[in-house]
Amino acid sequence: MQDYFDLVYWIPLLPFIGFLINGLARKSMSKQLIGLLGSAVIFLSFCLSVIIFLETTRHGFVARNITYFPLIALDNLSIPFEFQVDQLTSVFLLIITGVGFLIHVYSISYMKEEDQSGFGRYFSYLNLFVFSMLLLVLGGNYVIMFMGWEGVGLCSYLLIGFWFKNHEYNYAAKKAFIMNRIGDVGFLLGVFWLISIFGTASYHDLFNPETGKLLSGQTSNSPALIGITLLLFLGATGKSAQIPLYTWLPDAMAGPTPVSALIHAATMVTAGIYMIARSNIMYSLAPATMIVIAIVGLATAILAALIALKQNDIKKVLAYSTVSQLGYMFLGLGVGAYTASVFHVMTHAFFKALLFLGAGSVIHAMGGEQDINKMGGLGKKMRITYITFFVACLAISGIPPFSGFFSKDEILLAAWAHNPVLYIIGLGGSLLTAFYMFRLLALTFAGKFRGTEEQLHHVHESPSTITIPLIILAILAAIGGFVGIPELFMKDGHKLAEFLDPVFAYSKTILPAHHVPAQTEIILLGVSVILIIAVCIWAWNKYKNHSDGQPATGFAKAIQNKFYIDELYDAIVVRPLGRLSLFLGNVIDKSGIDGIVNGVGKSVSYGSRQIRLLQSGKVGTYILFMVIGILVLFIIQMFTK
Amino acid sequence: MLGNYYTFPELLLWIPFVTGIIAFFIRKEKSVKAFALFSSLATLTVSVISLFYSNTTAHPDYFLYNNVSYVWLPYLGSSFYVGLDGMGFVLTFLTAFTLPLIFAATYKNEYRNANAFFSLMLLSQAGLMGVFVAMDALVFYFFWELALIPVYFLCSRWGGQRRIPVTFKFFVYTFLGSLLMLVGIIYIYLHTTAPGGLADHSFSLRSFYAANLSPNRQMGLFCLFFLAFAIKMPIFPFHTWQPDLYEQTNYPTTMIMSGIMVKMGVFAMIRWLLPIFPLAVHKFGNVAIILSVIGIVYGSCIAMIQNDLKRLVAWSSIAHIGLMGAAIFSLTNSGLQGVMLEMFNHGVNIIALWIVVDMIEKTAGIRKISELGGLALKSPALAIFFLVIGLANIALPLTNAFISEFLMFNGLFAHNKWFAAFACIGIILSAVYILNMMQKVFFGPTNSLTENARPINGRQKFILSVIVITILVMGIYPSPILHLTQETVTGILQSLK
Repeated sequence: MQDYFDLVYWIPLLPFIGFLINGLARKSMSKQLIGLLGSAVIFLSFCLSVIIFLETTRHGFVARNITYFPLIALDNLSIPFEFQVDQLTSVFLLIITGVGFLIHVYSISYMKEEDQSGFGRYFSYLNLFVFSMLLLVLGGNYVIMFMGWEGVGLCSYLLIGFWFKNHEYNYAAKKAFIMNRIGDVGFLLGVFWLISIFGTASYHDLFNPETGKLLSGQTSNSPALIGITLLLFLGATGKSAQIPLYTWLPDAMAGPTPVSALIHAATMVTAGIYMIARSNIMYSLAPATMIVIAIVGLATAILAALIALKQNDIKKVLAYSTVSQLGYMFLGLGVGAYTASVFHVMTHAFFKALLFLGAGSVIHAMGGEQDINKMGGLGKKMRITYITFFVACLAISGIPPFSGFFSKDEILLAAWAHNPVLYIIGLGGSLLTAFYMFRLLALTFAGKFRGTEEQLHHVHESPSTITIPLIILAILAAIGGFVGIPELFMKDGHKLAEFLDPVFAYSKTILPAHHVPAQTEIILLGVSVILIIAVCIWAWNKYKNHSDGQPATGFAKAIQNKFYIDELYDAIVVRPLGRLSLFLGNVIDKSGIDGIVNGVGKSVSYGSRQIRLLQSGKVGTYILFMVIGILVLFIIQMFTK
Repeated sequence: MLGNYYTFPELLLWIPFVTGIIAFFIRKEKSVKAFALFSSLATLTVSVISLFYSNTTAHPDYFLYNNVSYVWLPYLGSSFYVGLDGMGFVLTFLTAFTLPLIFAATYKNEYRNANAFFSLMLLSQAGLMGVFVAMDALVFYFFWELALIPVYFLCSRWGGQRRIPVTFKFFVYTFLGSLLMLVGIIYIYLHTTAPGGLADHSFSLRSFYAANLSPNRQMGLFCLFFLAFAIKMPIFPFHTWQPDLYEQTNYPTTMIMSGIMVKMGVFAMIRWLLPIFPLAVHKFGNVAIILSVIGIVYGSCIAMIQNDLKRLVAWSSIAHIGLMGAAIFSLTNSGLQGVMLEMFNHGVNIIALWIVVDMIEKTAGIRKISELGGLALKSPALAIFFLVIGLANIALPLTNAFISEFLMFNGLFAHNKWFAAFACIGIILSAVYILNMMQKVFFGPTNSLTENARPINGRQKFILSVIVITILVMGIYPSPILHLTQETVTGILQSLK
């Protein structure tokens, strides 16, 4: 029988080939061909991912480690180019290639206004992104993961600044890259620390159930482990847009909308969650870090949800919503509910990609308009977009039986088991979520049209390459939650947990087991669902007939201005750094160091000029100096004897 | 083809030396250009062939090809002893590989007295080769000076308006360093024992390694040598000659200086400093690291505010060299191996950056960042090439510098966590200035100055493609070089125990 794992390298290689062809031959290929090729390579990767997924569901499957060639081979350090495939990898492979394929298809139509060269450039970047993301999740050690990690950051940079003539977009792109890089430094330092303690960066050597170095004799909460996990988490806050490094993500909306859907919602920003889930054993051994993650995650979830309440750009609302949802995922990781977080990554990929693509469809129809105050009443003209968007809103708000309900609820339940306070704050956040989503829905699709006459004339339902991905994603967002039905409703209903169990098995033995009694669970579920539905209806009624144009005051103003976080960073980091650099360059270097150097040079030449005076050529002077010299010698002799 | 009479180190030395002298007598500019390119390609061929003989176990006759010793000054205990080890292979290959690139990339540049210019370029290549193959202190010193003297002329005869004062500063600086080193060499020489023969002492590398030096003497001598090499690299705060000089000299000279010549300092630190003064190295290592690490952050900060592309690249080079300095004194296998790899990668990357800056200046006529803009619209290919090269410069994974910087930081971290953490600030800052350059030069709309910029031609594309392919290949498969230099590094670390 054929070993399908021999084919694993094709999964990232195919998008890479697509990148090369689209990138190099973009001028000699037609747009159809570019779009077809760009999508086809992703589809093939998706097919392979399905095969790999089916292989990993076999009974008795153990994680496969595939080594290709040595990347770094020193006497005392060996980091091969290797892949590792296990259940966690295969779930991410499906999300990346599956959602990625739909977004590629969507892009063919969305980007058709671009000229040929720009079109090719767009698809080659998108292919390169998928390649990097696949490298990230397939990598068998932290160095390969880091290759993908920075690779996706690069693609994000390129795609945010895709329309590079606009300087504002370029600033947004640069900001994204640099904030990511701050996190990446943390990641790198974590990896160095890991190597200095364990001498390896391979998951296989660290986490393997039989021989893993972390499984034998590691004391919980050792300073080194806390340091490593915190540094890696710093990396995750950059990539996954958490406090304090989240401010790049809303600005990243400058890129084309499908890019926001793929990179800044469904895949890249979940890399941090993947990384922590991958290192779950290490994190479980560092409870102190877990607390930090839970708090940061929850704080981000609330902060971003608050900001989203008052945004008027359709994509900005969704961006803050993404930040907020990622915060929930980190909350889940922090309370040890790894499966729930991965589950939420999956459902979030469906409904958030759907929301962004829906937003793209709206923006497309509105001729580039993104301000929801100028929309309204689009539901009648754009039926499919409206219905699918509505499904996504239900899913993200957590209304049963849509997918978001199951995954978010599992996270919140785990938070309750950990500490009821976390649950209450988390529930507050999900009420905010329901509110801003239905505000968005109402302002966009309900009421009267508030745009110009010309726009009204132009509004139409999008073509099928846009609506078909929307419909598929809507179906997934609706039913995707059924892979994780809680024990309460159905015995053995949580297929995903069962599937992922081997990955998190060891962590479960370390972490304290919490169990929530069935009655409590029912009460919590009931209360949260009722509250959320009430908020949804409230928000819908409040906003369906009018736009909120009145100037905000007090707290609302602070929210509208995103709590002035960007201004704060500017004042305490960016400007002081600029001033320091100017000071170093103009004062320290020019006058200080170079001044000393020149001073030494000058005094030497001054000294030589003075000495030159001695050689006056007058015999008398020479004799005088000679006599003085002899006298000095005599005196020295007298005193030293 | 290769018998007992010709050996690789000698060929690498004498080809550029002899052709350099011949080039002086070729009056026609066109022919001297072609001749220089041809000569550098011949050296490259020899260097590539030499790599096939680099595996000592596969070639038992290794000694004949890679080492040679003539009696030179028997009464002084010095012989003309040259040889190639792993580190030597990498650096001679770097020299041989980059010089044709430099000649080809600047093929259309025009020079006054082209014959003298190319003659001096080739002579300095001969000097560089000599430094990298010398196994005898006197030979080493001889070639060190042979490499520098042509460069003084290159700097003072060709270049910008202010070249004379900046070259003078450079001259005084490096000459001071050389003198200190000469004093040091003579002092150590007097404390060596000759293995036999006519002299009482010996200049050979092996006797230098075995020199009998008390701890106090080691410290004093360490300072002499360190100063000489630190000026050459340059390590903060001995760097002030560099940005001015790089700004003023013309491109080929800048390329050879920043790409290859600064490696003389790095190379010499590893070959002539670490193993000779092990005690002093352990004692002063941290001081050297602190200076280097300050240099990383300092150089990156200043690079961020530069408006002149040449000065930006010059300051970024100071930051990179700082990292190499820190990694050398981390005295770890990972750190030193990283330096070995980085010597090659930095050479390729910085020359690539100069080539791009040269092309920008050629096509737009200016190199002020604030005046440029929108070049990606005019020359998309150049924008893409610069992107890859710039990313290699900030050590993005899958480019060559990632592996070397990873190893260097890793070594530094193993030595001291806090030094590494501080040095890592440079990783962030480097992204700031490279992306800033990308944005201001290539992105945005065009302006009146860049409106008439032309796309790059086929020759330029070919040269940049060679570089980009090198960058990517070295980023994915660096193990051959690591394998080559492992023996050298192990030897150095052994001597420091």
